[in-house]
Amino acid sequence: MRYLPLTKDDRAAMLNKIGARDIDALFRDVPKAAIVGRSAFDLPDTQGELEVERALSRMAAKNVSAGSVPFFCGAGAYRHHVPAAVDHLIQRSEFLTSYTPYQPEIAQGTLQYLFEFQTQVALLTGMEVANASLYDGSTATAEAVLMAQRVTRRSKAILSGGLHPHYAETVETVAGLSGRVVRTPVTPGNTEDIEALIDDETACVVVQSPDVFGLIRNLRPIAAAAHAKGALLIAVITEVVSLGLLESPGAQGADIVAAEGQSIGNGLNFGGPYVGLFATREKFIRQMPGRLSGETADASGKRGYVLTLSTREQHIRREKATSNICTNSGLCCLAFTIHLSLLGEEGFTRLARANHAKAAALAERLADLNGVSLITPNFFNEFTLELPKPAASVVDALVDKGIIAGVPASRLMPHDHAARNFLIVAVTETVSDEDCDALVHALGRAVQ
Amino acid sequence: MTMNNQGRPTAPGTVEESELPTISGDRGLDHEEPLIFELGRSGMTGVDIPEVQVSDTHLGGLRRRGPIGLPGLSEPEVVRHYVRLSRMNCAIDAGLYPLGSCTMKHNPRLNEKMARLPGFGDTHPLQPEQTVQGALQLISDLMRWLMVLTGMPAVAMSPKAGAHGELCGMLAIRAAIHARGETRPRILVPESAHGTNPATAAMAGFTVDEVPATPDGHVDADALEAKLGPDVAAIMLTNPNTCGLFEPRIKEMADAVHKAGAYFYCDGANFNAIAGRVRPGDLGVDAMHINLHKTFSTPHGGGGPGAGPVVLSAALAPFAPLPLITHDGSEFRFIEDRETLPHGAKPFGRMCAFHGQMGMFVRALTYMLSHGADGIRQASEDAVLSANYILASLKDVMSAPFGEGPCMHEALFDDSFLEGTGVTTLDFAKAMIDEGYHPMTMYFPLVVHGAMLIEPTESESKESVDRFIHVLREMALEAKAGKTTRFAGAPRLAPRRRLDETAAARKPILRWKPKELPQAAE
Amino acid sequence: MSEVRFTDQHEWVRIDGDTATIGITKYAAEQLGDVVYVELPEAGRKVGQGGEAAVVESVKAASEVYAPIGGEVTAANPALGEDPAKVNADPEGEGWFFKLKIANAGEVAKLMTKAQYDAFVKGL
Repeated sequence: MRYLPLTKDDRAAMLNKIGARDIDALFRDVPKAAIVGRSAFDLPDTQGELEVERALSRMAAKNVSAGSVPFFCGAGAYRHHVPAAVDHLIQRSEFLTSYTPYQPEIAQGTLQYLFEFQTQVALLTGMEVANASLYDGSTATAEAVLMAQRVTRRSKAILSGGLHPHYAETVETVAGLSGRVVRTPVTPGNTEDIEALIDDETACVVVQSPDVFGLIRNLRPIAAAAHAKGALLIAVITEVVSLGLLESPGAQGADIVAAEGQSIGNGLNFGGPYVGLFATREKFIRQMPGRLSGETADASGKRGYVLTLSTREQHIRREKATSNICTNSGLCCLAFTIHLSLLGEEGFTRLARANHAKAAALAERLADLNGVSLITPNFFNEFTLELPKPAASVVDALVDKGIIAGVPASRLMPHDHAARNFLIVAVTETVSDEDCDALVHALGRAVQ
Repeated sequence: MTMNNQGRPTAPGTVEESELPTISGDRGLDHEEPLIFELGRSGMTGVDIPEVQVSDTHLGGLRRRGPIGLPGLSEPEVVRHYVRLSRMNCAIDAGLYPLGSCTMKHNPRLNEKMARLPGFGDTHPLQPEQTVQGALQLISDLMRWLMVLTGMPAVAMSPKAGAHGELCGMLAIRAAIHARGETRPRILVPESAHGTNPATAAMAGFTVDEVPATPDGHVDADALEAKLGPDVAAIMLTNPNTCGLFEPRIKEMADAVHKAGAYFYCDGANFNAIAGRVRPGDLGVDAMHINLHKTFSTPHGGGGPGAGPVVLSAALAPFAPLPLITHDGSEFRFIEDRETLPHGAKPFGRMCAFHGQMGMFVRALTYMLSHGADGIRQASEDAVLSANYILASLKDVMSAPFGEGPCMHEALFDDSFLEGTGVTTLDFAKAMIDEGYHPMTMYFPLVVHGAMLIEPTESESKESVDRFIHVLREMALEAKAGKTTRFAGAPRLAPRRRLDETAAARKPILRWKPKELPQAAE
Repeated sequence: MSEVRFTDQHEWVRIDGDTATIGITKYAAEQLGDVVYVELPEAGRKVGQGGEAAVVESVKAASEVYAPIGGEVTAANPALGEDPAKVNADPEGEGWFFKLKIANAGEVAKLMTKAQYDAFVKGL
């Protein structure tokens, strides 16, 4: 086996040094009945690289990759162009095959990029501090709700109907244990009256903008209403490229920002791994979950970075920790940081404008189709159309024409009959003019 | 003779040991590197994107007004910056990385290549099912490998890391207990447990009750049985345990737990010691997460992303979270909501958006197919063999609290051999850095004083392990002989000397700010 | 006339009339190492004898501080927020944690005297 360096002779010599007769002697604490042989596993034997590559490639070929067709799916995951340098750099051995930076003297590379990442996230979201990432946007949102419950010592969380349904279910699963989670009804295209629901027991209000339908939401009045009752506003973002064009949630009064960072530096990967961004106000840092890299100096006075404020975390606080999280999304943060560094202010804001311009042009063309209407007047690079028939059937019909037209809202909210004709369409810089023409043409025919 | 004086000196000459400071502040191949924010200039970019103007028509009056504050750099500058940062890191590819309980094994590059096939890496989690049948097949195949290797009937794939898997398992247990119409608030956790166990139990709404360890490093099975009762929901137990030992009374404990109406959660962090030889299902486990980044070598990546699927017993299987994957005879299908549940399914909820860490699934399945069941078994055996070889080779000079019996995949030492030397576990570990090694895990598990936990993994050749043993022996002998200069203040040869963690925690600086503005956390 | 008593959890309490000033002992401060953060109770909070009242953190550990005696918190040491190092520099003086209004003076009798505490620490 190509990955195992010990030879038969090595093994014999090592057993001899140990004073064990055979390998079984080393497993002597295992109950005899629990030791099984090769035949207990109906699984294949070792294979060479060529064979494995062939098997995996065959499976991969059964999928339609996003880059091979006109492609308009979003709803929480977005296809952007990632510069070649990003993937090259994250595969450097020193990044790819290192552990959590517990020994800072020999992990400054990781600690410094995490510090850069934290700074970038704070800048983008308009918040004072950010952590070194959580698993993804949905778990970051759940952690934000738990944190708001700790900060306010209240239990009720109000979730906007525009919050991605998967996110809402994730929050309910975790935060529903210790508190009450209230979801407002889904009202695409309309602004719900979430302010009216905030009361003295409310720990937080969770609002996504742009929301799951792509609608841009004004957070200011919600922040004001929440603060008036002593509650926190948690702003959720699933498309962080929007921050290159839109006002940051921090500027609008958010107390915690939970976001999915996949759009920057990370591929679609069929849903993961992604990178959860988490930012908040300075005064809440000790209630924050997740790792933090902090600046300090070494014994010779040189600037350096260490993991800090660890007393919040599970390895020290155990059952009193702010979260059980033990990892972050290290390599995905690195991809985020490198991609954003490559873009810079200029590239990032241009990218955002390019996305919006493309989406706006396509939305207007599609809305002109007979029987199709745009129900999200304000959007970034994603909008929702109401079709004259169920969107899922239209998407299936367009798959046969080699077009992946978007995400039918029924995929995310199957119980919501009113949403079955809604199609959520995302348009990024990776979509070409020909792709847009193809969608306009094919959708026009499909809805006839 | 003719004197040819054109030759230059070719011998290395004598090396001055003094630390002559360089003009640049860099030292040969080691460069100091500022923050990205201290580099760059406005207007520059490393990505060429055409400029377009956009109207405010669809922005709802929420267009960004001020700048973000990101620096502008060209591509070569960004590449150099991150290459230089990378060179300040220790990595498995570059050397033995004996971090106990972390499993720093070789990361085959084929895994990376496969994860980047467009059919996997460039597919969207919500694109129509008929366009991702290969991806669903991959997940389904991986599920089968995990179930067969563990001898368990079900597996939940969505948890994103080990701790997330623990939470998934504990929520399944909670749901199963509620379904029986019971409330059981208490979880038993051994004092040797990893910190995530009590943290998870608390997060899942339980209270934690500690079970002591016996003097020989095992969970006190008698104490455990005495603590069982109608209010106990489960025990969370790591096996092999955090001392690197297999729990010999595991089956007995599982039986007692079941008899008391509770469930057995096994922390699968150390599954790599027994994979292919022992099936946790045969030990009475009800739920166990598998750290794909440890046992199946999807890389650690400097602290993630990981993946933590959870195998479940028949009793817990109905409560597995959404989404589920089914095969209707012709096609794979996702079950993503409660409207279309198969008979008997009672999911407790959802762990995250979408379906889990697909990129890690591809890497793990690639690893499994490469090894095969025989290779996985051999890997476990080699990992255990190497750890025992280290234990046997060092226990005469370093103190091994449980050195009498065999260990599993990691060898545990304590600091009693350093008593009276003035050298601490920390000094000893930091001195290893100067010798070219990443330190072992220190001060964990907590049940041993000044713990040093060494996990060589199966990826090291005998020559590599022998050299490592030689270095540690010499270090131990020097410390004991009172030659302590190499320990005090070590490391000397790393990119940084010891860092001031106290200052970092007292006045946290968690982000860069421009010089003219006051620092963040003051 | 003030009187100082100790607990086996390494808190000290100075009794001045019906006011108790509470902190951690020199021994505890040495054991913890460099204190980096102290979480103090807000004024007005009522704590029972032995109840969790504060948290003291070093880089690698967090420890609960229990109220040696029950009562209502009247003040927390404002200096510790800015300079937690005071706990190490002067644990039984400037590094005090909080003050409370004693609810039941009878509880004092359960606490150790200086001599008893010193003997207790010696035996650890």
